[in-house]
Amino acid sequence: MIRVTNLIKKYGDFTAVNDISFEVAAGEIFAFLGPNGAGKTTTIKILTTLLKPTSGQVELDGLNPAVQHNEARKRFGIVFQDPSLDDELTAYENMDFHGVLYKVPAKIRAERIERLLTLFELWDRRNDPVKQFSGGMKRRLEIARGLLHTPRIVFLDEPTLGLDPQTRNQLWSHVQKLNQEEGVTVFMTTHYMEEAERVAQRIAIIDHGKIVAQGSAEQLKMQTGATTLEQAFLSLTGSTIRQEDANSLDQMRNMARMFRGNRR
Amino acid sequence: MSAIYILWLRQVKRYVRSRPRIIASLGQPLLFLLALGFGFGPIFQRAGQGNYIQFLAPGVIGMTILFTAIFSGIELIWDRQFGFLKETLVAPVPRIVIMLGRTLGGATVAMIQGCIVILICFAAGFRVTNFSSLPYAVLVMILIAVMFTALGTAVASVLSDFQGFQFVMNFLVMPIFFLSGALFPLTNLPKLLEIAANIDPLSYGVDGLRSSLIGLQHFGLALDMFVLSVIAAVLLALGGYLFSRIQL
Repeated sequence: MIRVTNLIKKYGDFTAVNDISFEVAAGEIFAFLGPNGAGKTTTIKILTTLLKPTSGQVELDGLNPAVQHNEARKRFGIVFQDPSLDDELTAYENMDFHGVLYKVPAKIRAERIERLLTLFELWDRRNDPVKQFSGGMKRRLEIARGLLHTPRIVFLDEPTLGLDPQTRNQLWSHVQKLNQEEGVTVFMTTHYMEEAERVAQRIAIIDHGKIVAQGSAEQLKMQTGATTLEQAFLSLTGSTIRQEDANSLDQMRNMARMFRGNRR
Repeated sequence: MSAIYILWLRQVKRYVRSRPRIIASLGQPLLFLLALGFGFGPIFQRAGQGNYIQFLAPGVIGMTILFTAIFSGIELIWDRQFGFLKETLVAPVPRIVIMLGRTLGGATVAMIQGCIVILICFAAGFRVTNFSSLPYAVLVMILIAVMFTALGTAVASVLSDFQGFQFVMNFLVMPIFFLSGALFPLTNLPKLLEIAANIDPLSYGVDGLRSSLIGLQHFGLALDMFVLSVIAAVLLALGGYLFSRIQL
């Protein structure tokens, strides 16, 4: 379903993704683990047509996202690492906006919006502006929205960041259910080892833009002689803390957070 | 088509729902109209140029559209910073369609603001002398709105944050306004100022509004329309091109 061969992405002298190759089979849940700045989000951006690769091949359901943008875009749904809702619109309007952009016919659109909002327990709040939602509700709405156009692949970029254990638990249950019932392929990144272990069939560990290991959680543990996935992760990526400078985007978000009283 | 519509609708909904923004953005034209209009009125009259409010009102309408349109375009930076832009960029819709939908939405918002300011101008004593050419005035307003929303989008496509915003205000928006003849007649100007006014697209917008609303013209309505249409087309193309090159 996803095939990446010798993918490289450079920003000037800095190599964010350094010659990685991997495959994700149809119907699989595949997790990308790695420290901050390892290249996870860059890879997702390339797979989802937001960035062009410096070199290497990318294939998404048989399509090249760098060339066949619009065909490829119909095949996947994505939940970004940071929020991507319009706060001024209501939950329903955000869903409807998405449905129209993805050309979901009006009747099916209305049905699916109702079903998804009910599934993610947001139907009662459908007419409230998103700015009144908590972080968990916004996340659920984003996931519901990503599924609206019945994508074959779903990208989840750290979807549980900042959520409480209840919401996280519920979110992964939904994701597993979708995967099992509708056969949706899931490509996820996370910092929480136990989440990867629980839901992902296969895991790739990426560090400094390179994939250092891939396999099931069991295989990774065996390979490193570790008893937990976290130990395996640390022995593969080392225990130094990665420095990530706040870019202007983060600074801006911090400002906004101050003004809005830290809602998310 | 439906994609353009939903993008347009989003811009309009956001505008209608932000009442503080509507009120705040009317403060500036009101101030110009009252302070300059009534302040310079007597001098203008003594210089034999007639009623200054009559002269100034089309300029203030043009100014309102200019500012609202540029800001609507520049709102793109906001969408980029707060993530919503990504949602539209991964959608299976050509970039140019997204840009057009946004631009039409922004231009509509600028038109609404312009119409509110016309009402304010009426309250301040402005009178339309030539009702039969009112449709031309509307057309000129639409052209100004589209032109500057496209310009705002073009600028926002190359800026990734608000750092450059002050620069855009002081070196783009303010000069466009002050050099446009919105505040003073374009006759008998020093050579340099005259050249600046002649290359300022808003000059043609304000002149178009003046000739259609009060029958006072400098370039002439036909030339105004022609220049505005050409520049609007060029800026739409430029905005569309720069927007399509955005990488996140």
